[in-house]
Amino acid sequence: MRVLNKLTKYKSIYGFIIILILWYILHKGIDSSIVPSPYETIIAFINALINGSLLLHLLVSLLRIVSAVSIAMIIGIPMGLWMGSNSRADAIISPVTYLLYPIPKIAFLPVFMLLFGLGNLSKIVLIITIIFFQVLLATRDGVKEIPTNLIYSVKSLGLNHWQTYLHLVIPSTLPKIISALRISVGISISVLFFAENFATTYGIGYYIMNSWAIVQYKEMFAGILGLSLMSYLIFKIIDLIEGKVCAWMFVGK
Amino acid sequence: MIQINNLNYSYGQEEALKNINLTIPENSSYAVIGESGCGKTTLLYTLAGLLHYIEGEIIINDEVINGVRKETGIILQDSGLLPWKRVSENISLGLKARNIDKYNIKDIVNNTLRELNLLQHKNKYPNELSGGQKQRVAIARTLVMDIDTLLLDEVTSSLDAITKEKIQDLILKLYHENPMTIILVTHSIEEAVFLGQKIIVMEKGSIKKIINNPYFGDKDIRDKEEYYILCNEVRKWLYKGDNDESLK
Repeated sequence: MRVLNKLTKYKSIYGFIIILILWYILHKGIDSSIVPSPYETIIAFINALINGSLLLHLLVSLLRIVSAVSIAMIIGIPMGLWMGSNSRADAIISPVTYLLYPIPKIAFLPVFMLLFGLGNLSKIVLIITIIFFQVLLATRDGVKEIPTNLIYSVKSLGLNHWQTYLHLVIPSTLPKIISALRISVGISISVLFFAENFATTYGIGYYIMNSWAIVQYKEMFAGILGLSLMSYLIFKIIDLIEGKVCAWMFVGK
Repeated sequence: MIQINNLNYSYGQEEALKNINLTIPENSSYAVIGESGCGKTTLLYTLAGLLHYIEGEIIINDEVINGVRKETGIILQDSGLLPWKRVSENISLGLKARNIDKYNIKDIVNNTLRELNLLQHKNKYPNELSGGQKQRVAIARTLVMDIDTLLLDEVTSSLDAITKEKIQDLILKLYHENPMTIILVTHSIEEAVFLGQKIIVMEKGSIKKIINNPYFGDKDIRDKEEYYILCNEVRKWLYKGDNDESLK
């Protein structure tokens, strides 16, 4: 029981240990250079970081993810707030959203590359088109789910329109927005990996697939490890932001 | 003074208030009681300006009201505190809406917290408070706003018996210290008798009976026989089929 308690206290370390054990079992089970051992991969990862070959690719991917998520949030959150609080806006925009949301935007990558070039822009636009709808709908639903008693409560205090947004609408939708942010980041990384396989020589997706093509499996796994650690870092930053802006959710429980 | 003339309110096809006529003198305390769906909360919300009526009129201090009025405060059943704001921030919200200087807000909030014995909870979130503490904070939030009319919507319904009585005692004490017009909606006969100078019994959107309470204001009334006799009279009217002939 005591061991379990300690493990849950250090959740991240616990997660790493479990993954390393499973990885090692897989390595031993397959017994092939296709799945190198965790030790070999970590050494390859450290070497790639020291010689700078991996870091540049990670930074390029990070820049693409951060840009796309930020732009999707900057457009999606105000629009979602507006739709959630204005039934006419919701009635006009929601049907369009429902039609566009399920279309697999990844199929439009060639179109985006033709329109926005082979550089960062086409990849960033692709990610934006995928995650924008999630941010938009999560924010809209967050506003719609504000309990009536809280609306009455704020109204009775005499708050004006902007004060109501500031003190009621935005804080009450923040947990939903942060949830959407987490899902968006996960999807962005998957989409980016795919997009970085076409017409580019930078990005972690390119690094991994290029290492595979030239049969450098340790480097390929070092790239996967880098991608995983980058994702971990982003999720931890989101957790930190949540702890700051939604501190009230974690008290009294 | 609050004057309600021929007030009607409907939720779609469903009539919630039917031709309500009522006069509530300044600084008096009225309790509204009736079974669920009788229209008592609708009446309170129209008085608070949270619901907009189409037929009839509400006049408070010679002014026709059909919206939120700065001098009217309402305390809701589940306190209505914003969970993401600390106690002091919740209390200062109404003051901010009134553009009061932030240094004054700090003083007003601290004084009110001290008065209601809540100062030690100043930096807590509502989630960290008990039901009774939340309602005391809700009372503090309303009192700081310099109101002349206080509306209470089943404020003790989710509290245990002891806390319920403590909150009732607090409301009565505050009323004595700072007289204002109080209208409280309640499910509890005992609460209506303890806090209501007049007890309005409602049924199906109409006023069925207005019972006078000569013992209002006596904080020890719960120990006296008259209190139970009056409770029984209210109970009798809640069960009775016909409206009071004098109200027709």
